[in-house]
Amino acid sequence: MSDYDPVEVTPLHADEVARMEADAVAAIKAAKDLDELKQVRLAHAGDRSPIALANREIGALPPAARAEAGRRIGGARKAINEALAARQAELEAERDARVLVEEAVDVTLPWDRRPVGARHPLTTLMERIADAFVAMGYEVAEGPELEGEWYNFDALNIATDHPARSDHDTFFVESVDSGKVLRTQTSPVQVRAMLSRGVPCYVISPGKTFRTDELDATHTPVFHQVEGLAVDEGLTMAHLKGTLDRFAQVMFGEGITTRFRPNYFPFTEPSAEMDLKCFVCRGASAIPGNPPCRTCKSEGWIEWGGCGMVNPRVLVACGIDPSKYSGFAFGMGIERTLMFRHNAEDMRDMVEGDIRFTLPFGMEI
Amino acid sequence: MKVPLSWLREYVDLPAATAHEIADRLTAAGLKLEGITSHGHDVKNVVVGEVLSIEELTGFKKPIRHCMVEVGPQHQGAEPRSIICGATNFAVGDRVAVVLPGGVLPGGFEVGARKTYGRMSEGMICSERELGITDEHAGIMVLPPDTPIGADVVELLGLRDDVLELEITPDIGYALSIRGVAREVATAYGVPFRDPADVAVPDDTEPAYPASIADPTACDRFVLREVRGFDPAAKSPMWMRLRLTRAGMRPVSLAVDITNYLMLELGQPLHAFDRHRLTGEIVVRRARQGETLETLDHVVRELHPEDILITDQSGPISLAGTMGGLATEIHDGSTDIVIEAAHFSASGTARMSRKHGLVSEASKRFERGVDRELPLVASWRAVQLLAELGGAQVVPGVTHAQVDVEPVRIAIPTSHPGDVAGIPYSRETVVRRLEQVGCTVVEGASPAPRRGGVDPTGVVSGGDPELVAKLAVTGDDMITVTPPSWRPDLTDPNDLAEEVIRLEGYDKLPSILPKAPAGAGLTEGQRLRRRVGRALAAAGYVEVLSYPFMGERDLDNLLVPAGDARRAATRLANPLSEDEPYMRTTLLPGLLKTLVRNVGRGFADVALFETGAVYRPREGAPDRAPVLAVDRRPTDEELGTIAAALPDQPLRVAVVLAGEIEPSGWWGKGRAATWADAVEAARTVAREARVELNISADQHEPWHPGRCAALYVGDTLVGHAGELHPRVIEAYGLPRRTCAMELELSRLEARMPGPVQAPPVSSYPVATQDVALVVPDFTPVADVEAALRDGAGELLESLRLFDVYTGAQVGEGNKSLAYTLRFRAPDRTLTVEETTAARDAAVAVAADRLGAQLRGA
Repeated sequence: MSDYDPVEVTPLHADEVARMEADAVAAIKAAKDLDELKQVRLAHAGDRSPIALANREIGALPPAARAEAGRRIGGARKAINEALAARQAELEAERDARVLVEEAVDVTLPWDRRPVGARHPLTTLMERIADAFVAMGYEVAEGPELEGEWYNFDALNIATDHPARSDHDTFFVESVDSGKVLRTQTSPVQVRAMLSRGVPCYVISPGKTFRTDELDATHTPVFHQVEGLAVDEGLTMAHLKGTLDRFAQVMFGEGITTRFRPNYFPFTEPSAEMDLKCFVCRGASAIPGNPPCRTCKSEGWIEWGGCGMVNPRVLVACGIDPSKYSGFAFGMGIERTLMFRHNAEDMRDMVEGDIRFTLPFGMEI
Repeated sequence: MKVPLSWLREYVDLPAATAHEIADRLTAAGLKLEGITSHGHDVKNVVVGEVLSIEELTGFKKPIRHCMVEVGPQHQGAEPRSIICGATNFAVGDRVAVVLPGGVLPGGFEVGARKTYGRMSEGMICSERELGITDEHAGIMVLPPDTPIGADVVELLGLRDDVLELEITPDIGYALSIRGVAREVATAYGVPFRDPADVAVPDDTEPAYPASIADPTACDRFVLREVRGFDPAAKSPMWMRLRLTRAGMRPVSLAVDITNYLMLELGQPLHAFDRHRLTGEIVVRRARQGETLETLDHVVRELHPEDILITDQSGPISLAGTMGGLATEIHDGSTDIVIEAAHFSASGTARMSRKHGLVSEASKRFERGVDRELPLVASWRAVQLLAELGGAQVVPGVTHAQVDVEPVRIAIPTSHPGDVAGIPYSRETVVRRLEQVGCTVVEGASPAPRRGGVDPTGVVSGGDPELVAKLAVTGDDMITVTPPSWRPDLTDPNDLAEEVIRLEGYDKLPSILPKAPAGAGLTEGQRLRRRVGRALAAAGYVEVLSYPFMGERDLDNLLVPAGDARRAATRLANPLSEDEPYMRTTLLPGLLKTLVRNVGRGFADVALFETGAVYRPREGAPDRAPVLAVDRRPTDEELGTIAAALPDQPLRVAVVLAGEIEPSGWWGKGRAATWADAVEAARTVAREARVELNISADQHEPWHPGRCAALYVGDTLVGHAGELHPRVIEAYGLPRRTCAMELELSRLEARMPGPVQAPPVSSYPVATQDVALVVPDFTPVADVEAALRDGAGELLESLRLFDVYTGAQVGEGNKSLAYTLRFRAPDRTLTVEETTAARDAAVAVAADRLGAQLRGA
C-alpha cells in the first residue's frame, strides 16, 4: 500500500466530514431542551458518533495523508463542540429563566410571626433628655420615690407652713407627720446629688413623681419630671438660659423660640418660667381677633418648666458655700413634653397601657 | 387676681395701650396673665330714659307693664317709646336704662322692636344683670334722679372695661391688690404711681374700742376704729358694686362691700363687728384647749391651741385673718360698727386656714404677706367710706395695739445682681430699680436682721444670725437696702438680685452654654435598664407604666399567704382610693390589670412588661423620718436617720403574657404563650445583665405550683416565672394560662460581672456526638445538663437538648433526653477516641449524679 489515497477512505472524504459537521450542527440547533441536547451530544460528539468513528480511520491512512485528514476532522469537531457549548448556554439560560419564574412567590404575604413590642414613650423620652444632657457633660442622678419630707420640702426651702407646700398636693406615707412622703417633684434628687457628690455638680434626674390629683386628660397623680442641676463657680442666669435654649432646640428643633419670665419657686432665687412659643399658632392666637388655639389655650406661649438660680439657702442646707459657688436648676414635666412634642392629647393614654398607644413609639423616641 | 384696667388707671397714668400690651408688661414683670375678659365693648344703643307713664296690663300670668319712656331728642324718633316691662320695682318719673331697637346687650344679644302682650315694645328696660354689671336681676335698674335723659349708659356707668386675670405667685402677697399691681405696671411703663394708701390719717391719741395683743408672735399690729349711726339700708353705689363684681367678688351690703373694696384696692383684709354684739375688751391671743367658735359659714369649729383668735369677754369672736364669728358679725340692722385692721402671723394664718380647711380672701393675703403699715390707713379709709356712703358718724380716736418691729437691712455689693444675672448692671441701675421696688438704699454695709413682730410671710424669711452670715454677699461698693413694708419676702441678697434682674427684663439676659466638666456617662445600672427595656420590647413585650399602688384585694387575688413579706406593705395616709392604699410590693397587680384592660379592648394576644420600684419596709425601721435642720449640712449620721426610716425601694422588672406569642397565620397555627416564654423572658433579662440564671422548680404564689420556676443568680433568689395559678387567673379575669415573670433587677445589677473576656476562637474542626439519656421523669433537665457539662470537661464547646421523649420504649416513669455535644480543641483536631472519651465522661457524671442511663445501652 504505497500508493494510498485518503480520498479512497470514504469517511475521511472532505465532503463526508463536512456533511457530518453539518448534520451535527443542525441537530444541535434543533435540540429543544437540555435533555435533547444531551442526546444530540451523544449522537454527534460521543464516542460512537460518526465523527469519532471517522477519526479512528485516520490510522488507516498513509502517514503523508494523516495530517491533512487530522486537520479536517479536528476542524469539524471544534465546530461541533462550539455549537454544542453555545446551544448548551442558550438552553441553560432558557431553563433558568423559566425556573425562576416558576419559583416566584408573592412577597407581599405577611410574615408577622414574631411581633415586636415597644417601650413606653415616657421612658424613651426621659432617656432622650438624659442623653442630651449627658452629651453636655451631665450625669444621671437618682433618688428614692418614697422620700423623706426633709429632702422633698425643708432642704428645698419649703417650710412647713409655706404656701408652696400646700400647693403641692402631697401623698403622705403612713401619717401626715411621719416625715415621709411620695416625692412631689424630682428636686429632692438635687439635694441628694449635692450632698453626695459635692461640687462641681452637673446632674440630670428624670423620674416618677406624685401628687394627689385625679386622673383626667391633663392631670395624673403619678407623673414624671426631669430635673437638672448645675453647681459650680461662676454660674449665672445667662448659663441657665443657654442650657435651656440648647435643651429646647434638642427637643423641639432649631426653630423653637423660648421666653424667660419671672416666677417663684422656693428653691431657686431668682426664679423663672421657661415658655415655648406655641408651635401650632406661633403665638398668633394671643392677639385678639385671631382664631383660638387649643395647644396654648390662646396664650401664645406654652409653659414648659420652672427654673432659676439655686437658692443659696438650699446650698447651705447641702453644705455648699454660697459665697464661692452658685448653681442653677430646672424641672420639666415629661408628660407635658410628650404632649407638645408628639401631639399626645390625653394623659390617660399614657397611664392606661393600651398597646395601641405605645406600639407606634417603638424603641426610641 | 382680677384687675379691672379702669381701677388701675385710677392710680397710674397708663399710656394708650391695649389690655394685651399691658398684660405682656406685667407678665414680663412676673405677674402672669391668665386671661383677659372684655366688658361692654359689644354693648350698643343703651340710653337713659325717663318713665312717663305706666299702664298695668291684666289678664296675663304675671304682672306686665306697658310704659311710655322718654329717651330724649338725640335718638331717632322724638316720640316717647312704648316699652313692655315685666318688672315692677319702678315708678313714673324714674330714670332707667333702655336698650333701643337695634341695640346690643352684653353677649351680643340684639334687641329689636316687636309685638308682645298685644302691644308694640320698642326696646327693653334693663336690669343690672342684663347690662353685665352685677348679678342683680330681681328688678330693673333704677338710676339716680339726676341722670341725664338720653345719655349713653355704657359711658355714663363706665361699663366698658377690660379685666386682667393675673396669676400671683405666693411670694408677692402685695400684688393681691390694685395697689400692688398698679405699682408694678407703673414701674413697667416708667410712669408715676399714686399710692392709694398715701392718705393723711389724723393723729388720734384717743383710743376707740378697747383692745390689746396678748401674743406678740400671733399679731404685731391691731387697729380698731368705730362708727355710729350707720344706715343699714344704705345701698352700695353702682361704681363700687361694679368694681367688686368685675374683680370677682359678690356685692353683699354696703358695710361688707366697703371692707372688700378696700381689701381689693389696698391688700389689707378688714373685719367689721357689730358694736352692740361685743362684750368687753378685745384680746388677740391663741386658742385654749376645748374652745369652740361658730364661724360665719355656720360651722361650729373646735379650736386648736395654735389658732390665732380675736376674743372678747364672751370668748372667741373671730379666727384671725381667716373667718369671722357668727355671733359678732354685722347684720342687716347694724348701726354701730367696729372696724378691725390687723397684721397677723403669716405662718400662723396659713396653719389655721389649712387646719380648718378655710381658704378666704383674707387668709390668702395674710399667708402671702400683708403690708404692716396698712392697718391705720385702711381702717381710716373704711370709716370714711362708711360715713360718706352710709351716713355714719366716725367716732374720734383709734385703738392701736402694736409690737415694735425693726425691718431687715440687707447689704450687697452693687455688682451682685449682675453677678447673678451674668450681665453687668450699672450701680445707678441697681439703685434705681431697688428704689422703684420701694426699697431704701444707703451707701456702705450695715446689715441687720428683722427684729420683733410676727412671721411677715409664709415664704421662708429671716433666720438665725449664723444662717444670715452664711448667705451674706460681700465685695466692693457695698450698699445697704431696707425693703419696703409691703415686701416682707425680700430678705436675702438674691431676693434683691431678682428684683433688679426682673425689672431690667429677663428677656435681656444673654444665653450662654456653660462648659461642664466631662462626665462619666451612664452608669452600668442605667445602661442595663435601657438594654433590658430594648431586649424585652424586641422580644415582643410592650412597656407599661402603671400606678405603684395596690390594695389588700390584689394580695388576696395573688393568693399571697398571711405572713408573706409582700403583705408588709407601706400604707399611704391619704391614698387616692381606699381600695388601693398601699405601695406595691410586687409589679404584678398593675401589669395584670393592664393586661385585662387590653384584652377587654379586643387584644387577645398581649405581652407586657414594666420596670419600676417596689417599696419594701425595712424591719425595725423607725416610724418617723426626722425633719432635719436647714441652716447647715446635716451630718451623715443625721442623714442616716432619714435613710433608716425609708423603705427599701429596689427596682424590679416583670412581664405578663397571654394568648399567642407567635400568632397563627396563613403559614399555619401559631404558638400559645407558655410558662417557658415567661422563663425565657427572665433569661432575656439575665443575658442583658450577663449573669447566668439558675432555674429550679418552686411553689410560689401567684404561680401554678407545678409550673413555677425560681430564678437564681448563684445562691441568690432573684425572682420567679411561669404560668399563673388558675385561681389567680379567675380572680383577675385573665385569659387562660396567663403567664408571668418578675425579678429584682437591683439584685442582678449587683451581680453583674465586669467586662466580657474575649474568648479564643479555635480554627480546628468541630467534632459532634449525640447522646440519649434515660432519667426518671422528675429529674430536672437543668441538673442533667449541668452534669453533662461538668463531665465533658474543657473540650465541650456547646451542648443542645434536641429531643425529650417519654413512652413505652424508655419505660414508665422515665424520660429520654437527647443531646448533641459539640467538642473542639483550641490547638488540634480532635480524634474520635478523644471525643468519645469526653462524651463517656459526660455520661458517666450524669449516671453517677442522677442515675442516667445511655438509651439503648
